[in-house]
Parts: sequence; C-alpha cells; structure tokens
Amino acid sequence: MTDKVQPIVRISDDALALACGADEVAAAFAAAGCTVERVSSWGMHWLEPLADIGGQGFGPLEPGDVAAVLDGSSAKGIGAIAEHPFIARQQRFTFARAGKTRPLSLADYSATGGWAGLARARELGPEATIAEVTQSGLRGRGGAGFPAGIKWSTVAKAAGSTKYIVCNADEGDSGTFADRMVMEGDPFMLIEGLAIAAVAVGAGKGYVYIRSEYPHAIAKMQAAAELAAPLIAPFAVEIRVGAGAYVCGEETSLLNSLEGKRGEVRAKPPLPALEGLFGQPTVVNNVLTLAAVPWILANGAKAYADVGFGRSRGTMPIQISGNVRYGGLFEVGFGITLGELVNDIGGGTASGRPVRAVQVGGPLGAYHPPADFGLNFDYEAFAEAEGLIGHAGLTVFDDSADMSALARFAMNFCAAESCGKCTPCRIGSTRGVELIDRIRARRGSDFTRSADKVEALPQMHNARKGARSLAEEITLLEDLCETMKFGSLCALGGFTPYPVLSALRHFPEDFGAVVPVQDAAE
Amino acid sequence: MEDAAELARIIAAHASREGPLLPILHDVQAAFGHVSEATIRTIAQALNLTRAEVHGVVSFYHDFHDHPESRPVLKLCRAESCQARGVEALAAALPVQDRVKIETIYCLGLCSVGPNAMVGDRLHARLDAAKLNALVEALA
Repeated sequence: MTDKVQPIVRISDDALALACGADEVAAAFAAAGCTVERVSSWGMHWLEPLADIGGQGFGPLEPGDVAAVLDGSSAKGIGAIAEHPFIARQQRFTFARAGKTRPLSLADYSATGGWAGLARARELGPEATIAEVTQSGLRGRGGAGFPAGIKWSTVAKAAGSTKYIVCNADEGDSGTFADRMVMEGDPFMLIEGLAIAAVAVGAGKGYVYIRSEYPHAIAKMQAAAELAAPLIAPFAVEIRVGAGAYVCGEETSLLNSLEGKRGEVRAKPPLPALEGLFGQPTVVNNVLTLAAVPWILANGAKAYADVGFGRSRGTMPIQISGNVRYGGLFEVGFGITLGELVNDIGGGTASGRPVRAVQVGGPLGAYHPPADFGLNFDYEAFAEAEGLIGHAGLTVFDDSADMSALARFAMNFCAAESCGKCTPCRIGSTRGVELIDRIRARRGSDFTRSADKVEALPQMHNARKGARSLAEEITLLEDLCETMKFGSLCALGGFTPYPVLSALRHFPEDFGAVVPVQDAAE
Repeated sequence: MEDAAELARIIAAHASREGPLLPILHDVQAAFGHVSEATIRTIAQALNLTRAEVHGVVSFYHDFHDHPESRPVLKLCRAESCQARGVEALAAALPVQDRVKIETIYCLGLCSVGPNAMVGDRLHARLDAAKLNALVEALA
C-alpha cells in the first residue's frame, strides 16, 4: 500500500464485461487501494473490460495491467472516453446513461433525469401521453416497426377494466444485445417506460418476459422492480423468465408462455391489443420501444422526431457484431448507411479479410453483400432491398463464410425452434434443410436427381415424376420459400426465407449455380 | 419424502400468481434437476390441469428436462455471430466428451466478443481452442 490516494475506478458489471473478466480486473483495482464503482457498459465491446478513471479510458484490461494503469505507464489508454470516435459519432437517447451510472442506484438514476418522463406523463394524462408518443413517430423496435402510439391508443380505447403492459425481453435473435444492455445497464429506464405505458392505457400490471439465457439481466431487473415499486405504484411490474424457446419472442407465443401454456403462436385477429394476456387488452412492446419512451416524454415528441430518416423517426440502438473489429452498441438516428456502420464504425472484419456478407436483423434477416452498403438504415429502405432491419443487429462475415451452409443453418434453426402450430413452418423448414443438403451435395457436379420413392407413389398426383436438374432444385427451394413466407402464421416461418433467398440471390456460386440465379421478385 | 414437501412448497409459493406453471417448473427444474412424471401428476392436480397439458408444456421448452443430467453442462453458443467468429472450428476440434455435456445454445447476447459459452450462470467470452479446452477440463 502506498500513501497516495488512489482514484475512483469505474468498471462495467454488464454480462459482457463479466464474460471478458471484469470482476478480476475490478478486484485487482480494489486490491491496489482504489474505490471501484460498478457501472453500465459504454458499449465499446472490443475494449472490455474497460476502466474509466476520471473520464479517461483504459482497455481491454487484464488484472496484470492494473499496476501500469495506476502508475501512468499503461499503453492501453484510449484517452477521454466521451471523445472516442465510436462514442462521439453517436446520438445516444436510449443509451444516454451508458457507462455513466450504477445500474441499480436510484440516486444515480434520478440525478440523470430519471422519472422526469413519468412525472410528465402523470401530469399530461392518458390522452396527451399517447399523443406525445404518436407524434414522436416511435415505431416498435422489436422488428415489426408498428407505430407505438397507435398500439397504445387501441389498448386505451379497448373495453375492459383489466389491462396489461407486457415487455418483450425475449431477445433471442443472434447478433442482438441492446435489450440485455438496457436491462443490465439502465433497468429503471425500462421500468419507467412500462409505467408511462400504464398511465397511457390504464393498466394496473406489467410483465417483463426475459429469456432464461440472460441470468444477469433477470437478476438486475428483479432487483430494480423491487426498488422502484413505491415510485410506480399503484402500477406493479413483475419479472417472468422464459424457458429457452426462441419462438416466445413472437408476441402471441410470449403471451401463451406467460399464461403458463406451450409457447405456440396464436392466429391474429384477435389482436393482443384487444384480446391479449388472459384475454384482456394488452400492450406488447419490445424493450427498446419502452426504453425510448421516458426520453420522449421528458424531452418532447418533437426532439425525438427531429432525428431520423423518412418514416423511421428517432434513434436506433444498432448492435454491431460477428466478425468485426470494433463491435458494440452504436445508437444513432435512422438513415446512416450500412457501409458506414460496417466499415467506418465497425472497422471491417476482425480477421482482416474482406467482408463477404452482413446479416441484418437477426437469424431471420437477409444477408447483404457489400454491394448493398449504400442502403440507408431505415425500415422502408431495407424492405425495398428484400431485407429487414429487425431488432437492428448486424452480423458481419468475412470471405470464408459458406453462404449455402448459412442458408441451411437458417432452415435448421427454424426447424428446431418452430412451435409446430402451422404447417409451412413446421414441415417446410425440415424439407428446406433436406433440399439445401441435396443442393450442397451436388455442387460442382451435373448430376440430376430422379424422383424419390415418395414422389413416385401413385397417390402423389402433383409430384413431379421426372428427374430434376440442379437449377430445378433451386427453383424448388425458391418455391418452398414463397410458401413459407406467405403461408406461415408468424415471423419465424415467414421470415426464415429472408436469409435463405438472400444467400441464394447474392451468392449463387455457393449453391453450385454457374450463372446467377434469376430473382423472381425483381 | 423430502421431495414431496419441497414440491408442495414450490407449488404453494407460486399458486396465487397469474399463470403459475412456468415459475413452478423453473423452480422444480432447479431443485430436482428434472421434471418427473410423478411431479407432473402433482402439479397438474394442484393447478387443476390435465397431465397432458403439463406434459405438453414441459416438453415444449428446452429448459425443462424429463430426466436428470448427471454430467456437468457447458453451453456453447453456435448462432450466426459466434459462427462468424469461428465457433464451428472450435466445436469440430473439441474431443468427444463423455464426462461433460456440451450443449448447443443459440445466443448469449455477447455477439461482439464470441465465441461464447456459459457454465451455470458464469459466462465466458473470446474463446479459442485453448480456453475452451481448459473450461471443459475444469468441469470433467
């Protein structure tokens, strides 16, 4: 021990920082006599564990680096964190507190503008609160992009004395982690968002349904819900834990799961807004949607709507991941191009090889080649390019990626996670895996496939009896994708064709096609 | 029997909640390591459900098991982001395990620092062959 007064060191206790060894680094600082504060993560994941000492950042640290950081000789300094280009380029509304506050400190939350949105909503009353959310242009951040204000107003007008707010925190999409970061880094903001929604629609009870793969988020939200209970009363928030079913991220399946049933998708109508949880009018919103609401109420709809692009207003917390040099959380107004995100901000691939494809929107999102890098990040622009922004996760792949293998993975994932309610998804995904396996087995050969036993049966009137060439097999796959896209009940079966068809369209050589496959939709 | 008392306690703890079945099953899975046929019978009776309904729920969710797993479990993420960061090569190089169960899961939400794994509630990121082998060895 020295007589020198050691500084206050701020280190994240977010699950990602912990996985990278933040506890060990924090313990090393504490052993050196520092006061260690555990805060949320800045979202610069390649630098985790990141130590923040008086605004100066050091990372990624290992316990052995601590002495050098404290005596000023560390080469891992990144300068002022807030001025780091990755942070300075962002517009942080939802993640304004990221890296700055202790997640479970009510004092930190209030001191940084917490509860101002709820206070204003209570003052405005239900109608004006809904008007504010409608005018902000906030759209559902879970992927569908449905205007939040319209959903709320449907629930507010629905008949019924019992109404619910359900927060969808079943963030199952690979390549997305913004919900987790909100719950682990700023849990009171999410609870405030639920409470504002409750004021707006007249709900007495809210549920946050968190996937079981997020034990740290569950613990933080549970603690936060208890701490915040007196502040949001008479409204009450309860945390519920999923059980490892991806499909429960679909809102009607989530409602069934909350009710204690199999997480099977419900047919719509009735809309959950009218007949949702236990048959009562229910707001089902994603974490990011509800987390955006306190800012909107506190700062006004106009300030939010002033940022954005086209019909996509406000900011989107974009999650940059996969084979990328600078992965992390990048919140910015809509309209930034895909190329800027991948190359300028993400710094290209971590492997140093050329980017081959970027999957946008999770396992059900399309694969985009670098030719699409001019696309603006916007719901409509991506829809036009036969893709989706989904929950705004970007997964970068280098040129070693085998796109037909990834297409197979998409079908296989759908087969594993299908709830089984509708045939196109349940059966189509399995047939899709088989079909892609056949196509992959025949890459590079001119072998044709003759009708199999089932196809040859007399009762299979519509099955083709003749042999199929590779090109015809690919047409069959496209046909199957069309059936899944338009025949499935929910987005799982309906969107699985996006990664498959985009891989086929942009990377036909991986499927053994000599000439680029014609795209039926273009 | 101690198990019966524990099961009764778990059911009683959640019975007054709306939609109590999943919270009950989570606690049962945590306490007993699986959800047995006998347990399903008891829960069904307590919640006024059919055994088929409870069995349907147990079998639907990946987190609930009908028999106990005696080996320690390492959950390895093999979703797209971890694939982009090389998890398939790691998984292929991993020797066949008889003392540790390597379970595939899809996404731990640490997609920028993969490949990732979870043991219990403890997370491990930036895995390479050496780190993964060390994790498996520590469990075996």
